[in-house]
Parts: sequence; C-alpha cells; structure tokens
Amino acid sequence: MKLDNLIILPVLLPLAGAVINFLLKSQLNRQKMVSAVTLGLNLVWSLLLLARVRSGEILAFSAGDWPVPFGIVFACDIFSALMLTVSALVSLAVLFYAFQSIDAERAKFNFYAFFLLLLMGVNGSFLTGDIFNLYVFFEILLVASYVLMALGGEKAQLRETLKYMVINMLASALFLIGVALLYAVTGTLNMADLAVKIRTASDQGLLTVIAMIFMVVFGTKAAIFPLYFWLPQSYPTAPPAVNAVLGGLLTKVGVYCLFRVFTLLFPFDPGYTHAILRFIAGATMVTGIIGAVGQFGMRSLLSYHIVSQIGYMIMGLGIFTPLGIAAGIFHLIHNMIVKTALFLTAGVTHDLTGTTNLHKLGGLLNIYPLLGWTFFFAGISLAGAPPLSGFFSKFALIIAGLDAKNYFLVAVAVLTSLLTLYSMMKIFRYAFWGEAAQEFPQVKYGLRLAPAVVLVVVSLVIGLGANGMLELVMAAGEQMMNPDIYIRAVLLEV
Amino acid sequence: MELVVILLIGLLFGGGLWLVLQRRLLKVVFGTTLISHGTLLLTMTMGRLKAGRAPVLQDGYAGPYVDPVPQALNLTAIVIGFATTALILTLTYRIFAEHETDDLDQLRGVDDEVR
Repeated sequence: MKLDNLIILPVLLPLAGAVINFLLKSQLNRQKMVSAVTLGLNLVWSLLLLARVRSGEILAFSAGDWPVPFGIVFACDIFSALMLTVSALVSLAVLFYAFQSIDAERAKFNFYAFFLLLLMGVNGSFLTGDIFNLYVFFEILLVASYVLMALGGEKAQLRETLKYMVINMLASALFLIGVALLYAVTGTLNMADLAVKIRTASDQGLLTVIAMIFMVVFGTKAAIFPLYFWLPQSYPTAPPAVNAVLGGLLTKVGVYCLFRVFTLLFPFDPGYTHAILRFIAGATMVTGIIGAVGQFGMRSLLSYHIVSQIGYMIMGLGIFTPLGIAAGIFHLIHNMIVKTALFLTAGVTHDLTGTTNLHKLGGLLNIYPLLGWTFFFAGISLAGAPPLSGFFSKFALIIAGLDAKNYFLVAVAVLTSLLTLYSMMKIFRYAFWGEAAQEFPQVKYGLRLAPAVVLVVVSLVIGLGANGMLELVMAAGEQMMNPDIYIRAVLLEV
Repeated sequence: MELVVILLIGLLFGGGLWLVLQRRLLKVVFGTTLISHGTLLLTMTMGRLKAGRAPVLQDGYAGPYVDPVPQALNLTAIVIGFATTALILTLTYRIFAEHETDDLDQLRGVDDEVR
C-alpha cells in the first residue's frame, strides 16, 4: 500500500476555496484573498508534484482505499503534472486580471466561487484514472463554465450561452453512451484496467466504434474540425476574463482527454484511428486559420485561432511517435500560456478603449506602448518566432512529422504558421499602428496588464530553456507511448 | 425485454433529436431532456436487465445478484442531468425575458457588434 493521498490536493484546494467564497457572500476583498491564496497554493503544490514525478515515477491513489479496479483511482504522471502546473499558472494569471476587470456586480454573484469550481473540474480531469469520474469532472467544469459565460446577463451572452450549453449537453450524453458501451464490452471503468481488458477483448470492431464516439465527444469539447462551429461565436461574448480562461484552459482539457484516451485506451488500431486524427489535424489547422484571417474583431479572431492551434496539438497525437506526442504536449503547454496572454491583452484593450473592433481601433502603440509590445511578443510567439516558446514546439512537431514521413501534413502546418503570422500582423497593423481612429483616455493600466506580461515572460523563459522543456516532454511522451508503465503503477502499486 | 427497452431508447433519441432541431426554445430544452433519458436507459440496459437480488451478500444465497455499477452510474448521471436541466430552464426564461422571443431564428446574432 502506497499512500500518496495528497495528489488530489489540486482538486480539494479549489473546492474548499469555492465553498468559502460562497459563504463570504458580498465580502469581495476577502473573496479575492481566498481565491488568490487557494490558487497560489495550487500552483506551489502542482510544481512540487511535477518535481516529484519528473523522474518517471507515477503516483496513484485509490479513494477510500478500495481495492484497485473497483474504487475510484487518481493517478499523476508527467503529462498530468505538466498540465496541472500550466493550468495553475494560467488560472492564477487570469484571476489577477479578473481582480482588475470583473465588475463588483458580477463578483457579488459568486464569480470567484465559480471560477474556482471551474478549476476544480479541470484539475480533476487531469488527475482522475476512472473514465466515469472523468465524466463527472467534465460536468463540473462545464456547469461552472455555463454560469461564468452567462453571468452578467447581457443579451448576447445569454443567447450564446444557450447554444454552447445545448451542444455540450448533447456531447455529454454521447460521453455517457461511450462510457456505458465501454462498460458493456469490458466490465470495468478504471482506465488502467480498461487498457488491459481492451487488448484482450474479442470484439475489436465494436471497440473501434467506441473509440470514434470518444473522438466525437472530446473533439466537440476541444473544438476540432468539423465540430468547432460553436466556439468562435460563443467565446467572444463572455466578459474578457472569462473569455481568457475559456480560451486558454477549457478547450485544452478536451485535447488532454484525446491524448490520454488515444494513447492509453485505444492505441490498438493506429493505422485507422490515428490516420483519421492526422486528417482532422490538418483540416482543423486550415479551417481555423482561414476563419481567423477573415475576422475584424480582435477577440473573434483570437477565438478562431484557438481552433487552428488545436490542429497542431492533434497533429502530434496523430503522428503517434514518442517525439510526436512530446511535441504535441509541448505545443499544448506553449499554447495555453500564450493564448491566455493574448486574450488578456485583448481584454485590456477592451477595458481601455471599450471595443475590440479592429475598424474602430488604431494607433494604440503611441498611447499604450507597453500593451502594444506585450501583444507583439505574445503574437509572434504564437506564430512561432525564436527565441519564444512557439518556435520550439512547432520545430519539434515538424521534425516529428518529417521523421514519420507525413510530408503533406508538415507542409500544411508550415503554411498555417505563415497565415498565423499574417493574422497576428493584421491585428497589430489595425489596432496598434497608424493614426488613432479616435481619442483614447490616458490611464494607468500596469496592474491590468501585469498578468499578460508575466505569461509572455514565461513563454520567453520556456523558449530560452527549450532544452530542459524538451527533455521533460520527451519523458512524458515516452511514458505515454508505453502504457504498461501507467497500468502497472495504477493496478499493482496502490 | 432488452429488445423492448432498446426500441424505447431509439424512440427517445429520435424524438429528442427532432425536438432539438425545432425553432422554439422550450422544445429544444425538452429535446435535450429526452436524449438524456434515453442515455440513462441505455446505461441501465448495458448491465443486462436480468432478475436478481440487490447486491448485498446474504447467507445461503449464491446468486444471481444484479450488477450495482450501472445503477450507481445512473444515480450520478440523474443528479447531474437534473442540475443542468434546472440551469438551462432558468437560462431559457432569462433569454425569453431579455430578448422577448423564443424563436431561435431571431436569436442567431449575425447582426451583432464585431467583438
């Protein structure tokens, strides 16, 4: 019996924080303090977990000390720990931005409590080793996201939240169907146990169908082609802080689940399933970026970018070599950080000027130079310019693609990268260059912008220390391509 | 027995899907409810509808017991479905109050401000 009970602290901390926040009804300063302390501790704990598992050890914990395949298991490998750390960092940054930008009215209606609940769902999804428990954590984060999107009750917000909600309810129903079918075929819900039983199951054809159901479910949440249609409309209507956490964190949970499920549970027919993933990756990149180039709203442009960047991550998964998986994870981490930074700069722009319509902006670089340059560096990091982190993640992806002889996909990725640069320059040219379209107020905005600056600096640090980062994600990739390590750690050692 | 339930599940899904594709808000909400009911029945049927005692070990009784896992899953899913349905109904009411329409055609939002 090995008891690493504390690995579920990233789930318990936000839950406790949320409960306290609900009790502190209208004491906003205390709510802010509680939230900051909770997420700070969460970041520290995630870093400690990462330091612990980076040597290759997998921590596992069975809730209530039930014997293993029967109880609910939580497990933490390098991939989980990396995702926990990055999501802790990103959510802390968004929280500090929310302190500046969320109005008192929204805050009084439990904005911070739902923010913490959202993070609890996200962390739970990263840690759980039980497929039904994954469904439950997904519902927690979705319900929190519905509330955060609708909070404030503006007309457009309500309207788009309904569409977002109906799509996600249908996807959740499909998720439950997938879980039920999986249980019918294998008789277990523990992911490690599932992985063993799926290999020996007689009905491989039905399992491929189940794999496709999960691809549709997580694909809808991750916004892959052709299931991304709900995203570009709904995300920009939320308040900028919510927009940042949805864009930076939420779709990436879907990507995490695709990575987990298609390396651990369904790697039995990569010639079929992963070929589909590679096609989807290419199509997602291209359609996303074409959508982005045509937009004239800063936030809708960035929302289309989410879609396009998801394509790169799925490309890593579709290539299905240790380097491919590692590069996909690297891109996932880079994208969470940089995308949040971009949405935060868009949010600050919205706060300062009252709009993110590119036609109404212009010449902001003269008035708000720090904002302009923060956006610039985040933008070229997303497009993939050295020495920022985006260059190295795309570099690794392209090397992995060339190694696996996926030349067409690599060509698509490079072309998409150029268009990404073009669309970033489009924002920069319309919003920050040229003459000011109207008078914009001179105000202090340092505190608002600080979280975005920190994230850009982190992107730079990852870029400068790319070697260490690559070693870490390579270790994660190797671990995920050998599911036996995970299975043994969960089934035998708890 | 399983066949009857499976046909019922099909009916629920078909009806739910038809309702989700309607233009009236409330019909869409009822559609999602029907689909989630279909899903619950499916989860239930996956454990086979065999007759058996409640899964608590009893002296002098060797079996059969019913499989408790699908029931546990269902209970959890029912609670979650209840909460989301309550939330979506509230949301629907607020949309009706703010937009003064329940026609999805008028809620497309194409004439919006660029964001």
